[in-house]
Amino acid sequence: MKIAVLTKAIPSYESSIRIDSSSTWIDESVVNFVVNESDSYALEEALQIKEKLDNGSEVVVVTMGSQDNTSKVLKDGLAKGADRAIFIQNEDSNTDPLSISKLFSQSLKDENFDLIFSGLQSDDLGSGQTGVLIGELLGMSTATLGIETDIQDGEIKIKRELESGWFQWVTLPFPASVSIQSGINEPRYPSLKGIMGAKRKELKVVDGQLSDSPKQNFIKLFLPKTEKATEKIEGDVDGIVAKLMDILKNKLRVIA
Amino acid sequence: MILVVLENQRGNIHAFSKEAVSAGQNLGSKLGMDVSILCMGENASSLKDQANDYKSQNLILAEHDMVNTYSADGYSKVLSDVITDLSPKYVIMGHSYMVRDFLPRVSAKLDIPFVSDIISVAYDGDNPVFARQVFNAKLATNIQPDSNSNTTLLSFQSAAFSSDNIELGGSDAASVFEVNLNTEDIKSSSEPEFQESASGVDLTTADVIVSVGRGIESQDNIPMVESLAKAMGAEIASSRPVVDMGWLPSYRQVGSSGQAVSPNLYFSVGISGAIQHVVGMKGSKNIIAINKDEEAPIFEIADYAVIGDLMEIVPKLTEELQK
Repeated sequence: MKIAVLTKAIPSYESSIRIDSSSTWIDESVVNFVVNESDSYALEEALQIKEKLDNGSEVVVVTMGSQDNTSKVLKDGLAKGADRAIFIQNEDSNTDPLSISKLFSQSLKDENFDLIFSGLQSDDLGSGQTGVLIGELLGMSTATLGIETDIQDGEIKIKRELESGWFQWVTLPFPASVSIQSGINEPRYPSLKGIMGAKRKELKVVDGQLSDSPKQNFIKLFLPKTEKATEKIEGDVDGIVAKLMDILKNKLRVIA
Repeated sequence: MILVVLENQRGNIHAFSKEAVSAGQNLGSKLGMDVSILCMGENASSLKDQANDYKSQNLILAEHDMVNTYSADGYSKVLSDVITDLSPKYVIMGHSYMVRDFLPRVSAKLDIPFVSDIISVAYDGDNPVFARQVFNAKLATNIQPDSNSNTTLLSFQSAAFSSDNIELGGSDAASVFEVNLNTEDIKSSSEPEFQESASGVDLTTADVIVSVGRGIESQDNIPMVESLAKAMGAEIASSRPVVDMGWLPSYRQVGSSGQAVSPNLYFSVGISGAIQHVVGMKGSKNIIAINKDEEAPIFEIADYAVIGDLMEIVPKLTEELQK
């Protein structure tokens, strides 16, 4: 079984997000890039499948972006146990899911993966489309929001999460592209041995240039407007607590 | 022409689809375009009956044995064929989990843009500009799809448009789209939808909810928040990361994949306010949020924004409440 895991470097939760002078992207110089959360679950799922099958299966981590932002992501994947990595180098701040997916498809076509796993969405752009788009472009079957997987003879069963606590099992033939929901497993930490071994693993760099023009683009980033008249409460802890007590008691009347 | 596509949710028109009808009619009146409604796949003829009163130019039915149950293969093929036949300028759906599952396939098949999870629409002359949240709702962005594209796919986040504003008056015409599917078109198979054993709590009836997010940092701190909930007579709930880490059971989760709640008071502790969480609680009558990050998106929808350290505030508040 040959499994690709698509991972992305995204700004950490703690990073401050500032709009840059172009108004169409953020100032990356003040951002700490980390692995997208649901991608970690996707990688763990792939590693567990490989370990369970134990028949010369291969897990390949794939990412796209600039060298500076993504090197950590690939190192992390290799240290956790991926066999090799593919880096699609592309410095454009392209925000069109379809042209991003075309780049991935071009670069991965000849690998003939049986399975492509991706996180359900990236926590930066959040389109949640890439895994499905790539699946369609490469003629694979697709499913999203996988919360359990089961590899059987020539096919994969996936428990899909639906809205409001509902689920559904789907069965896909290989090759298949599946997006993974967070919480499906417990992502491992890299071992010291894994970290040392990562340096000796293959890292293939692909020049990612796209001839097509994007089908959609960010034209202006902005700060979301506050929908309500929000009252700010800050200061010392005693003051905050007294204020909250007053609100709970006298304004909202949720306590006597 | 604008084409709104309805989704079945256990026998009824999905709530998000009703909002999509409202969105389609709104866009149609702004752009001077007719609106047609497509009922396809699962339960399509019943959806058509339910949509009978909606004002539209054409109410279209697309049925076939092979899409009587949902599949990404089948739905993407049928909708692609409808679009190729009718050339709508915009195709509109609600941003449901089903739409996320198959609509990107249509985008790739037809090489057309899909702008997903839209929160609002503005107009640059006659060109609509679509806003969506990015960077975990810390920012929003305006998106303009390629104007050379014959068709653009759109999905709207819940509550971007209200189904209360659906214009009634029925359709001017009704038609049937002849669906062509072969067995090789559908490679996947799906089983019936199910709910996990409902051993949980019905958060939807709670008057007060104390909800905890990743800001709690460790499972060891969960009892601290449980004490606060107890002192307030509240149910405890959480955002997704807390459940993913196994700190609280999944039936405590509020958000798109958990429960949608609208209590009298939603007291949020250490929740940043990612979209997936906010859609499940923004209908709360009052929202108090504690977060140490002044720019946390949860503050945009909060009535009271408490900027401070929950580790200090929560125990002290609990102590006061217990007095």
